[in-house]
Amino acid sequence: MSETTVTPDQPITVEREETAPGFIGVNVPRKEDKRLVQGEGVFVDDVKRHGMAYVHFVRSPYAHAAISRIDVSKAMAREGVYGTLIGEEVAAETDPFFQIAPPPAGELKDYALAVGRVRHVGEPVVAVAAASRELARDAAELVEVDYEPLEPVLDPEHAADPGAPQLHDEAPSNTIWQGNFDYGDYDAALAEADKVVRIKRLHFHRFSSTPLETSGAVVEYNRGTGQWTIHSNNQFPGFAIIMMAPALKVGMDKLRFVSQDIGGGFGNKICTHVQLVAMCLLARKLNRAVNWTEWRTDQHTANSHGNERVFLDVEVPVKADGTMLGFKARAIDDCGAFTRYEPLGCIIWAQVTPGVYRWRNVRLDFTQVCTNKSPCGPNRGYSRMQHLWFTERVMDIVAQELGADPVEIRKRNYIRADEMPYETPNGCVYDSGDYARCLDEALELIDYGSIDEKRRDAESRGKLLGVGIGSTLDSGTNNFGQSTIVNPELQFSGNNEVATVKLDIFGEVVVTLGTTPQGQSHETTAAQVVADILKVSPEDVNVRAGHDSYWNSHAGFSGTYASQFAVTGLGAVKGATEMLAEEIKKIGSVVLGADSPDDVELEGGFVRRKDNPEAALPFMACGAIVNANNAVLPLEYRDITLNCRYVYVPPHQLPDKERKYGNLTLTYANQIHACVVEVDPETGVYEIVDYGAVDDCGVRINPLIVEGQVHGAAAQSIGAATHETFPYDEDGNLLTPNFYDYHVPHALDMPPLKTTSIESPSPFTPLGAKGMGEGGGAGISAVGSALQDALRGSGKPVVTNSSNPYHRVWELLRNPEESRALVEVEER
Amino acid sequence: MEPVRGQRITVEVNGERHERDVEARRLLVHFLRDDLDLTGTHVGCDTGNCGACTVILNGVAIKSCMLLAVQADGTSVETVEGLSPDGELHPLQEAFSSFHALQCGYCTPGMLMSAKHLLDHNPEPTEGEIRRAIQGNICRCTGYVNIVEAIASAAKGGRR
Repeated sequence: MSETTVTPDQPITVEREETAPGFIGVNVPRKEDKRLVQGEGVFVDDVKRHGMAYVHFVRSPYAHAAISRIDVSKAMAREGVYGTLIGEEVAAETDPFFQIAPPPAGELKDYALAVGRVRHVGEPVVAVAAASRELARDAAELVEVDYEPLEPVLDPEHAADPGAPQLHDEAPSNTIWQGNFDYGDYDAALAEADKVVRIKRLHFHRFSSTPLETSGAVVEYNRGTGQWTIHSNNQFPGFAIIMMAPALKVGMDKLRFVSQDIGGGFGNKICTHVQLVAMCLLARKLNRAVNWTEWRTDQHTANSHGNERVFLDVEVPVKADGTMLGFKARAIDDCGAFTRYEPLGCIIWAQVTPGVYRWRNVRLDFTQVCTNKSPCGPNRGYSRMQHLWFTERVMDIVAQELGADPVEIRKRNYIRADEMPYETPNGCVYDSGDYARCLDEALELIDYGSIDEKRRDAESRGKLLGVGIGSTLDSGTNNFGQSTIVNPELQFSGNNEVATVKLDIFGEVVVTLGTTPQGQSHETTAAQVVADILKVSPEDVNVRAGHDSYWNSHAGFSGTYASQFAVTGLGAVKGATEMLAEEIKKIGSVVLGADSPDDVELEGGFVRRKDNPEAALPFMACGAIVNANNAVLPLEYRDITLNCRYVYVPPHQLPDKERKYGNLTLTYANQIHACVVEVDPETGVYEIVDYGAVDDCGVRINPLIVEGQVHGAAAQSIGAATHETFPYDEDGNLLTPNFYDYHVPHALDMPPLKTTSIESPSPFTPLGAKGMGEGGGAGISAVGSALQDALRGSGKPVVTNSSNPYHRVWELLRNPEESRALVEVEER
Repeated sequence: MEPVRGQRITVEVNGERHERDVEARRLLVHFLRDDLDLTGTHVGCDTGNCGACTVILNGVAIKSCMLLAVQADGTSVETVEGLSPDGELHPLQEAFSSFHALQCGYCTPGMLMSAKHLLDHNPEPTEGEIRRAIQGNICRCTGYVNIVEAIASAAKGGRR
């Protein structure tokens, strides 16, 4: 392997230009809304093709079993059934999916359908295609599959135990990845500590954002060209194509990814490449378009769950004044039955190693195991959410055990605004931010000044009141070079996104994006950026809706994920628009007889001579000359196309694989949440009575859109903290396979959400903006924090779980000693 | 005796009369989406919890995944496509846009129909009444904050 490259002392800084008053920072109405409010969006299940087949998957009823026989003959005999697909055919026609993990686990075999063995309830075993949804489902019931049940692995903490059943022959001890992270000098920190707080176990639970539109696809195969057109709601086509083309043994250009409107993604629609390969095989086999629309239960049992993670033997060295010197812990992460995006989560948490705190000494032993549960994958706040929850839980437990004020001890340990850009112990660089100010703002929102009064008022009503605080570092524009820390053989690094901006023959400005928005308003914010550069109105900018990889606006990392559009997507839009503006000026200067392009300017859809504004050329004439009347141009201007493609590439460096060190992401938006709960001490039932969220994502292109993301992320974290969970029974059956059992917040469940923001522009990005879609984790911390605070007079129980439904609060009230036994303080 | 497996039904949808042969088990939502190609009404959960498929049937907001198409025989149905028949947005649609009450837009048609049903029967709802009226509609993007504000504003003729 080549030598590692160490990050420079300071990252490359992008010069910020003064922007004239324009559309950036303005609440421009959304371009997407007109079609969506009229029900005229095109979501994947709205796509129809002549003679289209509907596909239903026969799924495993067992968590772990060998498949001894599959017989599809009765299904095939049913009228209206077009065909089936079984694992044997998949294994013959495709290669197993590329694995990110290093050997041995990296050699495990993952196919579009189960081959020989099933590893979780809900795993697709057979695909049945028929003339209607109903017929496909009927026929699926006629498929006979014989299983020989095997003992399942369900407890991640015991998955690696000697004698535990093995999921994959290639992954000994069910271990996908293990690594030690050691930063600063933990032993010295321990020796220096005045007190050491130890926590035996903290548990972050399984849940997912459960987008309202389930996954799906309509896939067509063109026999003449060997090309598939995949209409889907996959949110990361760049990744899907890299996974699918080698599996299907075709070139990448044979896979055309198309989407228009996507009904929420939150990361959960990244790993649908598995089902999409089954659809490609069926479309080719049957020579007809195939539709797959996931049922809600299928999404819950077999789509992407957020990773469950346990932190064991946590140790926190603390100084007498409350300064924490770092932490030591063992983390066990459960990725479920397959490693589709994993084990990237084993490094992605390290983007936020110390959280928002000035912790310099860290020692973490990180292991990822597989279990007989639904595969995990990115879920809003992917991998950082688990870790940030851990840091905030540590903060509150240490505060409680030391009798410290949770606000004061946070401020003592927060990274300060004057330390930005701040390099973490593992070489990440926090670009900007002011956490203490955000906390003050959050406390203001919940009227913290009069909290004692409110506490007394709650007591008078027989309720226990508690205040909680949480934080999110929403790291964005990640450096895929971090993948080499989990597998040094990988050849991924950096990041990119592409946009094209052109001036058409009749003067229309047309923008294409490489992204796949699912509600993030890319059409609107892209138009704002273009409008400011071309000096037109956003209404004059036509941003094509959705994604089509055949638009040539598709780069290796294209997609909408990991909080990056404001940097990568808009960076590409800005670059392409600036290229176009230069070309328009060149044409304008020639036609208007100016000496150089510097002597003309753009204004209101015209190129004008600066010395004579009356001499003006409309954009329409520019477009017409270049596209349809170019013989009038001098020869040296004939290379102008007015069709500009720009790839934004962030200034990332390769990380040091050996030391697991380097800058893993470009920006750090942050949120601080504060909430107030009232608990009924008899039942454990509680209500969130006040909630404040403060966001800092640098320059906000469209504040209303940013605030919408803050609201939504907060709601998801409140859901996760209170009721949303994916628990399994002892046989490996998911207990919450639909919205009856998996309770997401309804309008009546939501507390009043109060939001505000500050702006700490990023010095590293083209617009000073930061990606900010994943801010919600703070709420999980804040709710747990508030519950612990409310219960402190009831035996000081310790909140050690991220999931706190009423019955768990009742258990904490009834038996505080059980949780207290998990914590000890060593006085030095 | 063979059970009846299908039936000819007549349904008025957004003022237009449709006559179709449908399978007895066809859900109303699939009748609207697949047979009439009115794809504005969405499916989100299959169990009647999410409300993405909400339509107004004979003046009552219902979840069209919880009703068979044959049960809708002889009824009058309003879907999101009927809110702006001449292309001019309904005040609720205007308010949803101006208050940023939608992100991905998948829950929006059902949310609008529940809101319309509310305002048809209660032109001046309180915030609590608004929240109760949309309790059967799940949104995973917005936390409901701007949806509640948009409905309140539409009730006041577009004012805040």
